[in-house]
Amino acid sequence: MQKYNKLIFEVSKEGRTAYSLPKCDVDEAALDQMIPKEFINEEELDLPEVSEVDVVRHFTLLSNKNYGVDTGFYPLGSCTMKYNPKINEDVAALGGFAGIHPYQPQETAQGALQLMYELDKMLAEISGMERVSLQPAAGSHGELAGLMIIKAYHDDRKDYKRTKIIVPDSAHGTNPATVAVANFDMVEVKSDQNGAVDLNSLKEVLSDEIAGLMLTNPSTLGLFEENIKEIADLVHEAGGLLYYDGANMNAILGKSRPGDMGFDVMHFNLHKTFSTPHGGGGPGSGPVGVRSDLVKFLPVPVIEKKEDQYVLDYDRPDSIGKIKAFYGHFGVMVRAYAYILTMGKTGLTEVSEKAVLNANYIMNKLKKHYHLPIDQVCKHEFVLGGLAKSTLEVSTLDVAKRLLDYGYHPPSIYFPLIVEQAIMVEPTETENLQTIDGFIEVMIQIAKEADENPQILKNAPYDTPVRRIDEVKAARNPILKWKRSE
Amino acid sequence: MHRYIPNTEADVKLMLESMGAKSIEDLFQDIPKELRLNRELNLGESLSEMELAKHMKDLSGKNKSLDDLVCFLGAGAYDHYIPSIVKHLAFRSEFYTAYTPYQPEISQGTLQVIFEYQTMMCSLTGMEATNASMYDGATACAEAATMAVENTKRKSIIVSKTVHPEVRKVLKSYMKLRKVEVIEADMAEGVTDIDHLKTLVGKNTAAVIIQNPNFFGIIEDLSSVEKITHENKGLFINYVDPISLGILKTPGELGADIVVGEGQSLGNHLNYGGPYLGFLATTSKLLRKMPGRIAGQSEDVDGNRAFVLTLQAREQHIRRYRASSNICSNQGLNAVMATIYLITMGKKGLREVAKQSIQKSHYAMQQITKSSSFKPLFNKPFFKEFAVTSEADSSKVNQELLKQGILGGYELGKDYPEMKNGLLLCVTEKRTKEEIDKLAQVMEVI
Amino acid sequence: MKTVAGLLYSKEHEWVKVEGSKAFIGVTDYAQHAMGEIVFVELPEVDDEFSMGDVFGVIESVKAASEVYIPVSGKVLEINEALEDSPELINEDAFENWIVSVEITNKSELEGLMGEEEYREFCEKEE
Repeated sequence: MQKYNKLIFEVSKEGRTAYSLPKCDVDEAALDQMIPKEFINEEELDLPEVSEVDVVRHFTLLSNKNYGVDTGFYPLGSCTMKYNPKINEDVAALGGFAGIHPYQPQETAQGALQLMYELDKMLAEISGMERVSLQPAAGSHGELAGLMIIKAYHDDRKDYKRTKIIVPDSAHGTNPATVAVANFDMVEVKSDQNGAVDLNSLKEVLSDEIAGLMLTNPSTLGLFEENIKEIADLVHEAGGLLYYDGANMNAILGKSRPGDMGFDVMHFNLHKTFSTPHGGGGPGSGPVGVRSDLVKFLPVPVIEKKEDQYVLDYDRPDSIGKIKAFYGHFGVMVRAYAYILTMGKTGLTEVSEKAVLNANYIMNKLKKHYHLPIDQVCKHEFVLGGLAKSTLEVSTLDVAKRLLDYGYHPPSIYFPLIVEQAIMVEPTETENLQTIDGFIEVMIQIAKEADENPQILKNAPYDTPVRRIDEVKAARNPILKWKRSE
Repeated sequence: MHRYIPNTEADVKLMLESMGAKSIEDLFQDIPKELRLNRELNLGESLSEMELAKHMKDLSGKNKSLDDLVCFLGAGAYDHYIPSIVKHLAFRSEFYTAYTPYQPEISQGTLQVIFEYQTMMCSLTGMEATNASMYDGATACAEAATMAVENTKRKSIIVSKTVHPEVRKVLKSYMKLRKVEVIEADMAEGVTDIDHLKTLVGKNTAAVIIQNPNFFGIIEDLSSVEKITHENKGLFINYVDPISLGILKTPGELGADIVVGEGQSLGNHLNYGGPYLGFLATTSKLLRKMPGRIAGQSEDVDGNRAFVLTLQAREQHIRRYRASSNICSNQGLNAVMATIYLITMGKKGLREVAKQSIQKSHYAMQQITKSSSFKPLFNKPFFKEFAVTSEADSSKVNQELLKQGILGGYELGKDYPEMKNGLLLCVTEKRTKEEIDKLAQVMEVI
Repeated sequence: MKTVAGLLYSKEHEWVKVEGSKAFIGVTDYAQHAMGEIVFVELPEVDDEFSMGDVFGVIESVKAASEVYIPVSGKVLEINEALEDSPELINEDAFENWIVSVEITNKSELEGLMGEEEYREFCEKEE
C-alpha cells in the first residue's frame, strides 16, 4: 500500500470537477435583480478542484489509515466497541427512513413515529423506567436533559434550596461538566478501597440541599455497586433523586434494571450498548428515561399513540422544553431498534453474560503480569493499574503505544483517575476466544518486553501510518487549517 | 447461540474452567438477589436477518418519503442533491466503526478529514477557527451564546424573531439554566426590526443572534446589526445556511464573532430530523473559548506531518467541573459526509447549487403569485425560501398538494400567529421547471 | 527543586516578589514541574481586580488545566505578554517569568504566606 500523505488541497488542480448538475431549466434572471450586489460575494470560493476519481482515491487511502471495529479487536474500556451489524446500516438507509422530512405531516410519517414509540417502550422495559425520550443527541446531552428533569422536579415541589449534585470521584469528566452546565454545585464523594461509593462519605454530604446523585453501575472500575439499594434509600430519604449514567449498561441487560435498583432518571448510550456505530466520534444518541412521576418533565415532543395514530405531543406544560432541533438522532434510533429486534429477549441477556465472561477471562489471565488493584469478579470491564513490575521508565502510555504495533486498539488509559496508570479493558461479547487469547498473549509479551528492553516500548509504535506525535507542538502553536504556502 | 456472539458452549466451558468458575451465573453473584430480574425481558424473540429486513421495509413503507413526494419543504432541513460517492466513501467501515481519534497513530484518516473539514468551513464562513462539529445547528447556537456569556461576563442574549423558532426554543432551554435572559427582537417586513433592536442592545448584552438568510429565507442587512452590537461591546453571532455561502458574502467579512449553523444540507440525508451536524466557527481571539473537539497539525517523531486532537485542556474530560460545555462527541460521520460533499462540489459546484436554488426559487415565487390567489408575505430579497399567503387555510393547501404527490410548505401560523395562512416554501437545485409549474398549478386552483 | 530566597510562597505554589506596594506574581518551579510542558497561559486584563484566593489565570498543559490563584489581593498593573506567544518560558525559568504584577490592596495578607524554607518543607510533605 502506498504511503499517502496529501491533503485534498494539495491534490487540487484548476479546472477539474467532480460534480455534475443538470442545466438550470427555468427562465433565468440576472443575479443582481434578485439579490442586491452588496450581499453577493464576488470572489471565487476557496474550495478544492478535483475529479471524482481524485475524491474516491483520497478517501479510500485515508480510510486505510484508520482503525475500526471492523479492522480488529478494540477493547476500549467504557466505550463498548462491539460489532456494528451491517444489516442495520441497510435498513437505516431505506428511503422510507433516510428520505423523510422532520416537518412532513405526521400522517405521512407513521412508520417513523411507530418505530420511536416502540423503541421508547423497549428501552423502558430493559431499564425498568416508565418512559424514555429519544431526543438527546449523545450521552452527555442525555445527562444534561436528566439534570434538567431533576431540577424541574424540585422546582415543581417548590424545593428551591436543592442546588447540589453529588458525583463520585471515579466519575467520567462529563458528569461534573454536566453538573456545571446545568448550573448545580458539585459535591464530590470519595470511593472506598473497592472503588465503590463510600457510605460514610455519602452520609456526610447528604442534606436538604442535595438535588441528586449521579452514578454508573457497574462502577467505572467495572464492579457492581453492591450497596446500591442502601445508597438509593439514603439519597431518597434525604429528598434527592438518583441519576443513572448508562455508560456501563452492557453488563446488566436482562440481569438487573436501573429502575429496580432505585434509580429515578437515566440515560442510555445507543452507540455503546445497542451497537450503533461510533462514527469516528459521533453521532451518538443518549435517550433519557424516567420513573412515572417524572414523565411530565420529559423534553417535548413526546410520542403518543391516540387510537391507531402515532402523534408528536407538544402540549406538555411541565416539560423542560426543547433541548435539540426536531426529535433526536432518528437514524441512530433505527439502528438501535433493529439491533434490539435482532437480539430479542434472550439474545440481549446473552450479550451481558458473554461480555462479562470475556472480561473476567482476560482479567484472570492478565493479573499475574499487570497490577490488578481490586481482585474480585468484574462485570463487562476491568481496570488494571499498569505493569505488575512497575519500572519507573515504562508507563501505561508506552504499553498502549506498543499494542498498536501488534495490531490492537489499546484499552482506555488513565481513566478512571482514582487508579494510577489505569488500563481499562472492555472486550464486549462480540469477540471470540481466539481473538481474546491473541490479545492476552500480546499483553503478556509486552509486559516481558517492558522488563527486558523497555526502550522498545518507549519508542513505540513503529508500524503505524505515523509514529508518536508531538502534542505539545500542536497545542502551543495551533495549526487548525491548511494554508497555501506562499 | 446468536450470530453476533461467537463463543460456543465449548468455549464457555474452557473459559470458566480457566478461572475456576462453574457457570456464568457465578459471575453475577455480586448482584444482590432482590435486584435481579427474575424473569425474561418482555421483548420479542430474536429475528433472523430476513425477518428483520422485511419488518423494517414494512415499517419504512408506512412513511411517505422523497421517493414518493416532490419536496418544497425546508425550514431548516433541506432536500439538496447528494452525490453518490458520499455514501460509498463515508460508509467505508474504517471510518464509521472507529471511535473518537484518541489514538492518533491509527486514526489519521478521521483526523485528516476533520482538518480538511475545518479548513473548508473556515474558508466558507470567513472565520479563523472552527471545531470538528456539534450535535446540530440549534445546540451549536446555544453553545455560541454560552461562549458569549462566558467571554463578556454579561447575562443577556438578544435574538431576532426571524431566527428559526426551534433554534430559539433550544437557546432558551439552555440559557434558562444559567439564568441568562433571552430577549427577542421584533421583526418588521420579514426582517429584524433595527429600531427595536437598538432599544434592546446595551451594556448587559453578551451577544446578538441573527439568522441569515433568516427563517423566511430573506437576506438580512447585517451591517447595521454588526455596528449596534459592537458599539456596545457585545458579540455578533450569525446563524447561517452553508449552501447560501456559495454566493453570499461571508459572515467573517460582515464582522461576525461567532458563526453557527446547521450543516445537514452538505451531503446529509433528511433522516427525519437527525443525525445532522452543527458547525461553529470563530475568531482566533475566541478560539480557546470554543467548545468541542478540534484537530490540529503537528509532526511525529520522524518529522512526518501528522494530525492530532488538540487544545484538549478546554474540554470536559480535563476541565471537569470547570468546563463551560459538557459536549464530548462530535458528529464525526456527518462531518465526513459534509467534507466529501464540499470537496466533490468544489469551487464551482457549490456556487452553482446556490445559483440554481436562487433562480428556481425566484421562478417559483413568480409562478405561484402570478394569479391573485397567493401573495408574497414580504417584499425582500430572498435566497431559496420564500413566504406566501392566501385566503385558504395553509394546512388545507398542504393537504391538496399532498394528494398530488407534493410535500408543501412550512405552515407559519404555528409559530407566528399573525401569519395564519402563511406558507414557507423552499426550492432547491433539485426541483425542475416541470415540478415547479405543477406546484403553481395545484396552488392556483385551491 | 529550585526556590529563590527573598520571595513569599503560597500553598497553591505561587510566588510573590514584593517591591513596595507592588507585587510580581508567578508560579513556582515545583508547580511548573508538576504541570509538565506548558502550552498556554490565560492572562487577566490590566486593571482587573482580584481578592486573595481568586482565580486570575489558567495554565494549560496538553493533559491538564490548572487554575492560578492570586496569593494577595490587588489590581493588575501589568501582564507578562511574552507568555502569550511563549508559554514555555515558565518551564524554562518559573521564577524569572512572572505572570502579572499587581498593586497590593491589603499588605497584611502577606503575613499568611510562607518564606523559602517553610515552602521547601511544605513541598516535601506534599510529595
